[in-house]
Order: sequence, then structure tokens, then C-alpha cells
Amino acid sequence: MSLYRKTPFLVIGDRGLLIEFGDEISPETNQKVRAMALAIKTAAIEGIMEAVPTYRSLLVVYNPLIVSIEDLKKRLKLLEEKLPQTLFPEPKLTRLPVVYGDLYGPDFDYVAEYCHISREEVIQLHCSKPYLIYMIGFMPGYPYMGDLPEALVTPRLKTPRLSVPAGSVAISQKQTGIYPMESPGGWQIIGRTPVRLFDPEKDPPALLRMGDLVQFYSITAEEFEEWET
Amino acid sequence: MTEVAVFEILEPGVLTTIQDLGRYGFSQFGVPPSGALDTFSFRVANLLVGNRLEEACLEVTVMGLKLKALTEVVIAITGGDLFPTLNGEPLDMWRTHLLVKGDVVAFRGLRGGCRSYFSVSGGFAVPRIMESKSTYLAGKFGGLEGRALKRSDVLYAPDNPIPVDRLGYRFPKDWIPPLQGEAFLRVIPGPQDRHFTKKGFETFCSASYQVTRQCDRMGVRLEGPKIERRIDVEESIISEGLLPGAIQVPGDGKPIILLTESVTGGYAKIAAIISADLSKVAQLKPGDHIRFEPISIEEAHNLLKEQEGRLRNLEESLPSHRR
Repeated sequence: MSLYRKTPFLVIGDRGLLIEFGDEISPETNQKVRAMALAIKTAAIEGIMEAVPTYRSLLVVYNPLIVSIEDLKKRLKLLEEKLPQTLFPEPKLTRLPVVYGDLYGPDFDYVAEYCHISREEVIQLHCSKPYLIYMIGFMPGYPYMGDLPEALVTPRLKTPRLSVPAGSVAISQKQTGIYPMESPGGWQIIGRTPVRLFDPEKDPPALLRMGDLVQFYSITAEEFEEWET
Repeated sequence: MTEVAVFEILEPGVLTTIQDLGRYGFSQFGVPPSGALDTFSFRVANLLVGNRLEEACLEVTVMGLKLKALTEVVIAITGGDLFPTLNGEPLDMWRTHLLVKGDVVAFRGLRGGCRSYFSVSGGFAVPRIMESKSTYLAGKFGGLEGRALKRSDVLYAPDNPIPVDRLGYRFPKDWIPPLQGEAFLRVIPGPQDRHFTKKGFETFCSASYQVTRQCDRMGVRLEGPKIERRIDVEESIISEGLLPGAIQVPGDGKPIILLTESVTGGYAKIAAIISADLSKVAQLKPGDHIRFEPISIEEAHNLLKEQEGRLRNLEESLPSHRR
């Protein structure tokens, strides 16, 4: 059983409540996190400053001068009881072009070697199905997606890189992600997308959202270089 | 609203950024709050010059900032004592000053704390990105072009009349948070305190930790006794949301205090610093010693109410209070 029968409310400091729905990464647990985040947004409880949805938990940041922790817990528990009735919007599918290998994916060859498959098979497998966006985190607009086909599961780098270029498409264990901006990073870089994932001037600033889907497709280096965003 | 050039940066110093109280509601997109680290000093700086509490100020780190007034302005400096001077003469902190065109304010070095707040009446004019003027350094947005200030930058403020009623106003001396000696930081255990052994938790609560050079707006890495982890739990946890003040313990057993440029993370958190003590964390610098003391959440909320009460008293005692 990965979903907890009773959802624990954990305390994080004097302004945070962590609602933990399960102890593993699964679409089922993640769906509950998303439902609760939606419910909190709709309920517009006074004193809640922020709700941070992640793989299996939701961090609720509150102002204790506006709402007491007892009242907050009570209201959140009531919301949680009604969760099974949550209606989700239809997930949006975003197709993202990727140029695989060579200078765009410095770990591409290693992944093929590690998985004992051909380079073509790495591309085929990575583009074989839409991935669920479990959460956006670590840095602005970074999607944590999964699950990868078993044949493509590769551990993260032993030593993280100090700098990964913006748009880098990466894998780590059963997850795949994209670095929206240049940053240090420990995942295996297999390619790069020309699509901009984060723009602070836009509303919403991130192209992708938790609960939506991403389908990758392969493009050539020429197509990448000529891509107009 | 018309804006007027108020300062030219002659020297940017170690790190000077524009900050307000941060951006909330965008963590679902991976955006951390950012904002002033010492929110108490920050808000006092704004109150003194007649601004709204959340108006944008400069956060000045360690030393070296030197700026020239381009017009007549009212300013205040609060927070860590970075030895501010006006035209070479020592300048009192925690009170308002009237500067005239050509005046030069410089921060000459550390005397206490680590970060000063520099307010100007009307507040610094920069675009709001995601509802906030705060600089997010790693994300390269907010504040002035998403970066630290550099030489020759010109800062603007709304072209408001000088708040003459605020001139000479001081923040009561007894209310200024002390900065000397070892800092005692009160914490609330959890959410993963059970990932550590009883001995490990006792180490955390009794040992003295020292601030290392890895100390920025993302977090403060500490050196000191290793915190023992239970052998039956994994080093990393499934990535989850973070709050400023959360204390994570990575594989090496040395705690890291997370600050306002962190949004999610995958290390176990043994405890989190209470809100009323976060301003003390903002004033830590490499070499400083700290100790942690666990308290209950009820105590933490009471301490926060006390601190906020002091700010409210100040707000109500100020002239031309309009609320």
C-alpha cells in the first residue's frame, strides 16, 4: 500500500503544514496531492499564503497571525474528506521537440551503453509515450516527469555537473526532466529542446503544469538551430 | 506615477540587491519566494521613512556599497551594522536622514551582523515580476534586471514630496535586536526528525555549530558534530516543499539552514527555525557560532505575536499614521 490510509499532517516550522498522502512516487498518490491543491485554491482559506504540490505531499504555508494551526488543520481535514469528488480538468498534452545526442546530449551514448540498447532505441523509448508531470520544482519551470520505460532506467551522475545548458532534456532513475535555465545538475543529459519552458514575464510563467502530460518527439540538429520560439 | 533618479551606484559592494517581502503563490511553478532575509529590520526601515511595510529596499551584504544621492531624499538604514558613513562621517542607523544632492553614503565594513537594509521614501522603483520587486539571483529575474547592483547603475523612486514629518525619527534603542555573541536559534522539530537517532537529535540540540563560507541567500551550511542518522532510513527523501528556516541534513550529517531562494528539496529535515528567529539567521556570517533549542509550536506562535506587536506599536506611534 503506497497511499496512506490516514493522511498525516506534519509540522514544518511555525508556518508550514506538510500533508503527506503516501510514501512513494506513483500517479495515484500524486493525483491526491493535485486534488488537495485544487481544493485549497477553491476554498480560498484566509491565512494560507502558498500551497506547494510535490510528488507525494503538499506543503501548506500559512500565516499563524491570521489563522491558528488548530483551525487550519480542521478546515484542511474537511477538505480532504471531500477529495474523492474532485473533478480534474482534462490533462493538457504538450508535444516537445528534442534533438538527441552529440553536443546536445553529452550522456546520450552512456545511457545507450548502460541500458545495452542502440542509440535509435534510446530515442524510440524516450518518445514512446506521454509522461505525467508529477511536479514543478527544484528551479523555475523544471518538470519532474515519469515514468520512463524500464529499459531506459539509468542512475543519476556520480558527480553532478556544475553547469547544464538551458533546454537540456535529462533522465534519472524512472524520471525525466528538462532544465529550463542554465544551472548545475546531476541528471543524465540525453538531448535538448528549443522550446522555452519558463518566462518570468508571462502569466502563467511556466509552460508546463503539474498533472499535465508531455510527449517528446525527435528533431534534427538543423531543425533545432532554426527553431523559432 | 513619475519617477526620479535618486541614487547612482559608485561601488556595488560584495552583494547588493533590491528586495521586498518576496513573491508568494508561484511555488507551483518552481519559483521560490526570495525577498529580504531579515524581514524585521527590513520593515522597520520602511516604517521609518513612511513607506508601506513591504516596499522595496536595498539588501546590503557585508560591505563595500557606495552610493551618491542625485536629489534630495529621506533614507534609513537598519539591520546588521556595516559601518555606514555619510560623506566620510559615521551615520546613525535605525533613524531617518535627509540627504541632499551629491551626498555619498558608504558601507565601510562589518561591525555586527551581515546584512543592512537601506530604505528610501517612496521605495525603489523597479517592475513587479510575479507581483514582487524581489531579486531572485539564481532565476535571474526580479529587482534590477534580475541581478545584483553594479557600478554606474542608477536607482529610481517615485517623485513624492519629502516626508518632512519623519525627519529625525528613531527606532527605540531597546527594540533593536542584539547581534553579539553566539546566536541561539529556536526550532520546532520535524518533519523528518525521526530519521535521526536519539543520539543524533541530542547532538543537534546540544552542540555548537559554526557558519561556513558557503552561506548565501539559498542557505547556510554549518560545520560541527555529525548528526547520526538511523541506519534503516535512506539518505534522501522524495522531493518536497521547503520553507525558509528549514534545516536539512544531507549525507555528511552536517546541517544546512535553507533560506528564501529554495523551493523544493530531497534531504531529510530535522527541524525548522521559528519565524521570530529568522532575522537572526539573516545576520549570520562565516565563522559565527550558533546553537539550536527545540521549543513547542505554541511558544513559537507567541514569540511571533510579540515581535509583530512591537512592529505594530512602532507603526502606531509614528507621526502621520493614516490607518
